[in-house]
Order: sequence, then structure tokens, then C-alpha cells
Amino acid sequence: MKKIWAWGALLFGILYFTLPLVGMTNFSLKMRRGEYSFDAYAKVFGDPRFQETFTYSVTQALFTIVFGVLLVVPTAYWIRLKLPGLRPYVEFVTLLPLVIPAIVIVFGYIRLYNTSSWLPLTGSALGTNILLMFGYATLALPYMYRAVDTGLRTIDVATLTEAAQSLGAGWTTILARIILPNVLVAVLSGAFLTFAIVIGEFTMAALLNRPAFGPYMQLLGANRAYEPAALAVIAFGITWGCLGLIQLVSRFQKSAPPKA
Amino acid sequence: MSSAHIGARPARRLPLHWLGILPFAAFVTLFLILPTMKIVVGAFQTPDGSFTLDNIQGLFTPSILAAYWISIKISIASALLGCLAGFAISAAVVFGGLPKWIRGPLLTFSGVASNFAGVPLAFAFLATLGPVGILSVFLRSELGVDLRALGFNILSFWGLTVTYLFFQIPLMILIITPALDGLKREWREAASILGATGLQYWRMVAFPILLPSILGTLALLFANAFGAVATAIALTGSSLSIVPILLFAQIRGDVLGNPHLGYALAFGMIVVTGVANAIYIWLRARSERWLK
Repeated sequence: MKKIWAWGALLFGILYFTLPLVGMTNFSLKMRRGEYSFDAYAKVFGDPRFQETFTYSVTQALFTIVFGVLLVVPTAYWIRLKLPGLRPYVEFVTLLPLVIPAIVIVFGYIRLYNTSSWLPLTGSALGTNILLMFGYATLALPYMYRAVDTGLRTIDVATLTEAAQSLGAGWTTILARIILPNVLVAVLSGAFLTFAIVIGEFTMAALLNRPAFGPYMQLLGANRAYEPAALAVIAFGITWGCLGLIQLVSRFQKSAPPKA
Repeated sequence: MSSAHIGARPARRLPLHWLGILPFAAFVTLFLILPTMKIVVGAFQTPDGSFTLDNIQGLFTPSILAAYWISIKISIASALLGCLAGFAISAAVVFGGLPKWIRGPLLTFSGVASNFAGVPLAFAFLATLGPVGILSVFLRSELGVDLRALGFNILSFWGLTVTYLFFQIPLMILIITPALDGLKREWREAASILGATGLQYWRMVAFPILLPSILGTLALLFANAFGAVATAIALTGSSLSIVPILLFAQIRGDVLGNPHLGYALAFGMIVVTGVANAIYIWLRARSERWLK
């Protein structure tokens, strides 16, 4: 009896989650009348707008990751080492982007950094790109910080720091050559998740008027029939790839021999 | 920074520790706190900067109230159904005697699906439940069930709710599975030694312990759905007037005709998601008493 219920629940879940995936895949292959073809994909990949926006979003994602790592790793390290009393507060602040909707944050950006303000970031394309990157870093902050902080928990920060210091290492050396390699798996997890978030992000890019992949997808969805389904399949593949890579690197860490 | 720590320590040290989190503090202030404050303060200001409650009062007009109400309804419906379905699936895998190997793939898939939101998710559901979607066509041609004749429309309340479930259910599974794992075998054994039936054990032991987790996750799912913009816009364009879509249109082109009413609209969103998250944090702290 219990087993029937359990199988029933699982079957419902499988149906609910596979149907949309089957639906979008099926739809993306039906562009040519009467037979399955990859025409929709060819159309999408051949569209110069796709190439531009995709490249733009990938570039944004890479910059966001670099910036996020440079911001979060030293901060999380420093808090564990010197200011443990601040940890709950910093943790709370890093969780705020989950509470405050992205649309509200970007609304604030537009009002705060417009052309007539003290820091007119939205006045130039470069400035807006930087602002968007900061926005993405904010959205990714909860994930990045938590990943790095969990990574730091597994190593003895104080001892490693003292050992490095007694060998004459400065702070930059300690961070780049002692701490970072030790939390690399955590950093990579955060990086892949950041990538998955940035690549499909719509709200911030659309409201800041940047030619990113998310707004491109939305625009195509409003005007075309088959290409959006192909885009959905591609986007799902990217999300799957990023999360798969996280699994892969964390498995890699587990199987790696314990460091001496 | 390094000179402060190398060599003989001065008798009275300046508190240089604080410098270490300066970049982080500056970033968070400039790109998270200040923008939010700008909205919150703006909600209580007239265009020339003096204090007013008119903007907040302006929210209580029928069209804006209706937008909040439908947003809240969609968020509640998708949170409740997401909780229910997520719990059922999670319980099936943890207690239901299903093969052990299902668990790993289920959690991995949940991780992916809870992140598969936004524009592509809307496309996937359009291709499934839209007018020419695979499921709509199948039901119509094979079973003679016309979803549209039954009043179902992907661009409506239920359409949006069903779509949101795609990221709500996995989030519930990810959060509740560890909680279900935390139910100790001894509790069940102790209950059955005392003569409790399976139902009594669930009603009087397991359920009260799980309740804070469940309610907390419910609040989290609610906030999650309430702030979702991209899925809604890609799915409905602007045909369904929910708060995020209204705010989006307001930021783009001041459709309300009053910039400060836009601040108030955004402020209302912060209040709703803020309350939901406060409930989540409070209940999670309670649930950790038992589930360690």
C-alpha cells in the first residue's frame, strides 16, 4: 500500500518534470513541416544577434565570476580569521539579495546611478556594463559567499596563515597560494552557479538596456514560434552543464587524497 | 596591511582589522543597501523631497491592489502545491521503500530544475501547455479533452501557477529531504512500542517536528514566486497584471504617471518578500531544535 503511494508520487513527479522538457525538445525539432529537423537550431545559431548576445552574456559571466571571487574570498577569509564576531551579520547581508527582488535592486541602480547623479554609471555603455556586472555579482553573492564560507570551514585558516606568515609570506601570497587553492572546489562551485545565473538573467539586463542573452530570448519568444523552444533546450543544457560540473568538481575533491 | 603584523607590535594598535572588510562593505553599501534605501525612502517622498504618505496610499487603488492580490494568490497557490508535491515526492524517496539509487539523481535533478527558471522555462511550458503544445494537442486529439474549452489558459492564473511549480517543487525537495532524513528511527520505534499506529506516529510525532520546516519552506517558496519576473513576462507578455510585471512596465515607461508611486510599488514588494523571509528564518531556527 505504502509502496503504491510512493511510486505514485514519484511517477507524478517524473511526468510533471519530463513533459515540459519533452514538449520543448519536440517543438524545437518541428520547424520543418511533417518531419523532424534541426532547422530551428540552425536558425538560432546562425542568427548574428544570438552570437552577439550570447558572447556578451558569457563575457559578463566571466567578469562577474572574477570580481565575485576577488571580493568574496578575501572577505570570507578575513572574517573567519580576524572578525569572527561579524560573521552572522555578514552572512545576513549576503542573504539579502534573496530577499530583495532583483527588479527592486535594479530599480534602485537606475535611480541612484543615472546621468544626473554623483556617479553617472548609466551614462555610458562601459559604465552600464560595469553596473550590470555589479548587479550580477550582487545576485550571485548569496551562492558565492555560502560556497566559499563552507569551503573555509573545512580548513584550519588560522594555522595555515601562521605557518605561511612564519615563512615570510605576505597577505597576497597567503590568499593566492594558500587559501585559494585550498578552497578551489568551493570557489568553482560558486563560479558555475554564478555562470548559470548570469547567462539567462533577464530583468537586470532588460531594464539596463544591455544586449544580453536573457532579453534576446524574451524578444525572440515574442516574435517567433520554433526558435524559442530551441533556445530553451540550449539554456537547459547550459544549466545542466553548470550543475553537472559542480557535481564533478566536488566528487573530484572527495576522491582526491587528503592533503598533508 | 602587512606592515601592521610584521615586526614588533606597537603598544597601542590601531584597529586595522576593520580595513580587511572595507572593499566588501563598500560594495554591499553601494550596490545593495543604498539602492534599496533609495527605493524605501523614495516611497515616502514627494518629487520635491518632502515626507509624504500619499505614495503608500496610492497603492490602495483598485488596479494596484488587484495586481498585488493576484500576485499573492499565484504565490500562495504555487507555494502550497509546491510544498505538497515536493513533500510527497521526497517522502516517497525517503520512506516509501523505493530503490535507493533514485535518491541521487532526484536531488541532482532538483538542483538543476530549481535553477531552470526565467525565460526558457516559459518557453518550455508554452511548448507543452500552450495552444499547440504537446500536451494540449495530445489531450485534444487522443482523449477529446479540450483544455481551452475547459477554461485553462497558459497565460492565466493557473497557467502561471503550474509553470512556477517547475522551480517550486524542486526547491521543496532540496530543503525538505534533509529534514526527513533527520527524523530518527528511534522515534518511530519508541512510538510503536508505546502502541502508536503509523498514522498516530505521523500525526503526533513526525508532523509536529516537521511542521516548522514545512511552514518555513512555504514562506520561502512564497517569496520565491512573488519576486519572479522573467518567467511571467516571457509567458504572458503584459497581459496578466501582476506586481513584478507592473513594476517592470513602470520602470520602463512610468505607466502609473508618478515615479514615486513606482517606489511605493517596489517598497510593497520588499515588505511582502521581507515578511515571508522573516517567517522562514524564524521557523528554521525553531526546526533546528529537533533536526540536527
